[in-house]
Amino acid sequence: MEKENIILRAENITKRFAGVTALDDVSIDVYAGKVNVIVGENGAGKSTLMKILSGVYPDYEGELLLHGEEVKFSNPKEAMKSGIAIIHQELNLIPYLSITANIYLGREIVDSFGMLDFKKMNQVTKELLARLDCDVPPTTLVSELRVGQQQQVEIAKALLEDAKVLIMDEPTSAITDAEVEVLFRIIESLKKQKVSILYISHKLDELFEIADRFIGLRDGKMVGTIENIVEANKDDLIRLMVGRDIDNHYVKEKSPLGEEVFRAEGIYLPKPTGKSEFLVNDVSFSVRKGEVLGIFGLMGAGRTELLETVFGLHSKLMVGNIYIDGQKVIIKSVMDAVAKGMGLVPENRKEDGLVLEMPVFKNISMASVEQTLKNGFLNLGLEIGLAKKYITDLNIKTPSPRQKVKNLSGGNQQKVVLSKWLATTPKILFLDEPTRGIDVNAKNEIYHLISNLAKEGLGVLVVSSELPEIMAICDRIIVMGESRITGEFSQKEATEDKIMNAAIL
Amino acid sequence: MNIKTTVIKFQSIIALFILCVVLALLSDKFLTPENGWNIMRQISINVCISVGMTLVILTRGIDLSVGSILAFSGAVAAGLLKYGIDIPSLNLYIGFTVFGAILGGILVGGGLGLFNGWMITRFKVPPFVATLAMLTIARGATMLWTGGFPITGLGEHFAFIGTGWFLGMPMPVWITIIVVAIAVIVTRSTKFGRYVYAIGGNESAARLSGLNINKIKIWVYALAGILAAVGGIILTSRLDSAQPNAGFSYELDSIAAVVIGGTSLSGGRGSIMGTVQGALIIGVLNSGLVLLNVSPFWQQIIKGFVILIAVILDRVNHPNED
Repeated sequence: MEKENIILRAENITKRFAGVTALDDVSIDVYAGKVNVIVGENGAGKSTLMKILSGVYPDYEGELLLHGEEVKFSNPKEAMKSGIAIIHQELNLIPYLSITANIYLGREIVDSFGMLDFKKMNQVTKELLARLDCDVPPTTLVSELRVGQQQQVEIAKALLEDAKVLIMDEPTSAITDAEVEVLFRIIESLKKQKVSILYISHKLDELFEIADRFIGLRDGKMVGTIENIVEANKDDLIRLMVGRDIDNHYVKEKSPLGEEVFRAEGIYLPKPTGKSEFLVNDVSFSVRKGEVLGIFGLMGAGRTELLETVFGLHSKLMVGNIYIDGQKVIIKSVMDAVAKGMGLVPENRKEDGLVLEMPVFKNISMASVEQTLKNGFLNLGLEIGLAKKYITDLNIKTPSPRQKVKNLSGGNQQKVVLSKWLATTPKILFLDEPTRGIDVNAKNEIYHLISNLAKEGLGVLVVSSELPEIMAICDRIIVMGESRITGEFSQKEATEDKIMNAAIL
Repeated sequence: MNIKTTVIKFQSIIALFILCVVLALLSDKFLTPENGWNIMRQISINVCISVGMTLVILTRGIDLSVGSILAFSGAVAAGLLKYGIDIPSLNLYIGFTVFGAILGGILVGGGLGLFNGWMITRFKVPPFVATLAMLTIARGATMLWTGGFPITGLGEHFAFIGTGWFLGMPMPVWITIIVVAIAVIVTRSTKFGRYVYAIGGNESAARLSGLNINKIKIWVYALAGILAAVGGIILTSRLDSAQPNAGFSYELDSIAAVVIGGTSLSGGRGSIMGTVQGALIIGVLNSGLVLLNVSPFWQQIIKGFVILIAVILDRVNHPNED
C-alpha cells in the first residue's frame, strides 16, 4: 500500500512497567479508511499499545507519527483533539445524564449569558446520532439505553471531536448479536467517511467479517501482518497469535494420580438479565488427587465465572451438581465451599485476596483462624508460628510476619494468599491466573509450588490465559470458549495451535 | 521506632496531655479530684456508645440510631420498673425488679440493633439510611411509650447505677471500664474481633476467605444497640428520669470520639482505646471550656474545629486511603 494511505504510524515503541517489558520495539501502521485488526493472546501487549496511541500512557520510548508528523500526547484529551479516540471495553458514560450531556461533557456550549445552550447541543447530537443510524432522542438518559446504544453514544462522542482514528477494544464483548450487526454497519459507514478503525477482538468469525488487515502481536513484539485478507484462513491467524516464548522451560514433574477428589457436573450460570443466555453453559469436569487441571480460555470465555460458580459465589443462580471425594455436596455459599475443603486464589489478589492493611500473619490465618485459638482466644504465638511455617515453606520474602502485606512484592503477596488456603488444609485448590503481574522468578517458584502441592495429593485447578504456562504446569487442559467447554487435551497431545483453535471456536 | 512514628502513634495521648496542662494552668479548679470524677462520669455514657460505634465503623458502617435507641431503652427500663406491664383487658400484670427492668431495656436496645443489622445485610440498605430510619423510628417509639412525658421516681436502687459509688469510684465509671475491658479483649483476641477488622479492611477478600460476613455485621449492630441501651440506663438512672428527648444528637458526639480516636471511616483501622482517648479529649475540652466560662456557642465551634484537626492529622498520616 502507498505511503500516503498511512494515517497513523507507531515507530519502535517500547514500554516497560517496573522491570517488565510490555512492548518491545513495536512498529505498526494504521491505514486510512480501513479496519486494522490487532490480534494476539491475552498479555501480548495489545491494550498497552492502544493506551499509548490514545494518550493514556504518556511515557514510552519511540515515536508516533500522525499524518507523517510526530505527535506526543500527555493525556487522552490531547489525543482526542488530534483525532484519535478510543472506545473502551468498559463504557465510560454517566448513567443519569442525557445523551447530549454525556457527549458534550467537559466541552459544553454556552450562550452569551453563560447558560448551557441545550438547543444547539441537542441539534448537533441528533445529527451525530443520525450518522450512526441511531434514532434515539438526544435528551434520553443514558441509563435507559441498551449497551449497544450506549456504545453508539461513545462513538458519537468520538465523532464530535472529528475523530480520524477510532480505537475499539473488544467492542462486541458485551453486546447482543443484533447489536453487533448494527455496529458493523456503523463501522462500514465510518470507513466510507474516511475514519480509520483500530480493532481488537478475539472472536474469529467476526474478525473475518469486518477486518481489512491483521496485525499480530506476541510477547510485546510485532510478529507480522496479513494484508491479503481474502486468501487468509483461520490457521494463518492462529500462527500469528501463538508461539510465545516462555521465559523458562519449566515442565511439571509427574506425580501419581489418585482418586477423583472433585467433580462438577452440568454447571450452568445464567446471565442475571437474559433468560436463555449463560455465563457458564453446561460445563462438567473432574480433578483427581495429585492432578493439575488447566482451564484455558480467552477473555470473556467464562473461566472466572466457572470458578466463582463452583466456589459458591452465585449459589442463587447456579444449576448443577458438585461432588467432593465422590460425595455430592451442597455449596450454598463460600463458607460451605471452604468447609468442604475448597480454596480459591482469586484473579485480583489486591481486591479479592488480601486485606492489604493487615500484617502477613493475619492474612495467612484469615481462613483458618480457629487453629490459632487457645481457650477460645486468639493466641499470637500460635498465629505467628503458623505464619512462620508458611513463610519458610513457600519462601515468602518479608522482613517479619508482622509486616503489612501491602509492602510485599506481587509474587510474595500471591504466596501469602496461597498460604492462607494451605493453612486450611484443602482438598482442592482453584487458582485463577496465579502468576498475573508477578516477575519471572516468582512465577517459577509458584510453578514448583503447584507441582509440589499436587505431589502431596492435592487436586489443583489452574485457570490461565497464558498458553505456555498452562502447557507447562498442567497434566490435562480443558479449553473454554463462549461459556462452554470447546476442547480437552492431555499434556502430551496439547499443542499451542490445537488449544488456540479450540479457544477461538 | 523513630520519633515521628512514636508521635503519630501516641498523638491522641499527647494531645490529651497538652490539653490537660493548658487547662490546669488556666484554671485552678481543673486539676481537682472532684472535677476529674465529674469528667469521667460525664464521658462514661459517650464511651459506652462509642465502643459500639467503633465496632460499626471498623466494618465500614455507621450507626446514626444510637441516640434514639439510648432514649427508648432507658424509657423502657424506667417504664417497666415503675409501671410494669399492665394490660387490664387481659387481666395481666407483670411487675419488674430493677434487674428485670434493666435486662428489658438492654434486650430492646439489642433488638433494635439487630433490626438495623438485618436491614443492612438482608436487604442491602446502606448503613447510613438504615440507621437514619431507626433514628426516627426509635425516637417515635420513645414518644409513644412515654406519652411525651418524663418517667420519674424510679427508686434509690435504680438510682445507684448512675449516682452511686463503689470502692471509691462512681458506678458509671465502673460500668464503662468493664465495657471497655471486654471490648478491648474482643477486638484484639477473639475471632469475632479479627473478622470485624477483616471485613472493614477488605470485605471482598473476607467473603472469599469463607467468613460469614452477614452474621458478623448483624452482631456488630446488635452490640451497638446493646451498648446504647447500657448508656440509656446509666443516663436514666443518673437523672432519675427517662426523658423522651434523651440522647438527642448523641450519635454525633460518639462519631466524633471515634474519629478523634483515630479510627478510619473507611473501615479496618482503629481501636477501642483510641476511641476512649477521643471521648476523653471531648470530655476534658467540654469541662475546661465550662470552667473557663467560654460561651456555649463558642464551645460548639471549638469542638467542630477539634474534629477537623483530628481528621486532617489522620489524613496526613494515612494519605493513601480514600
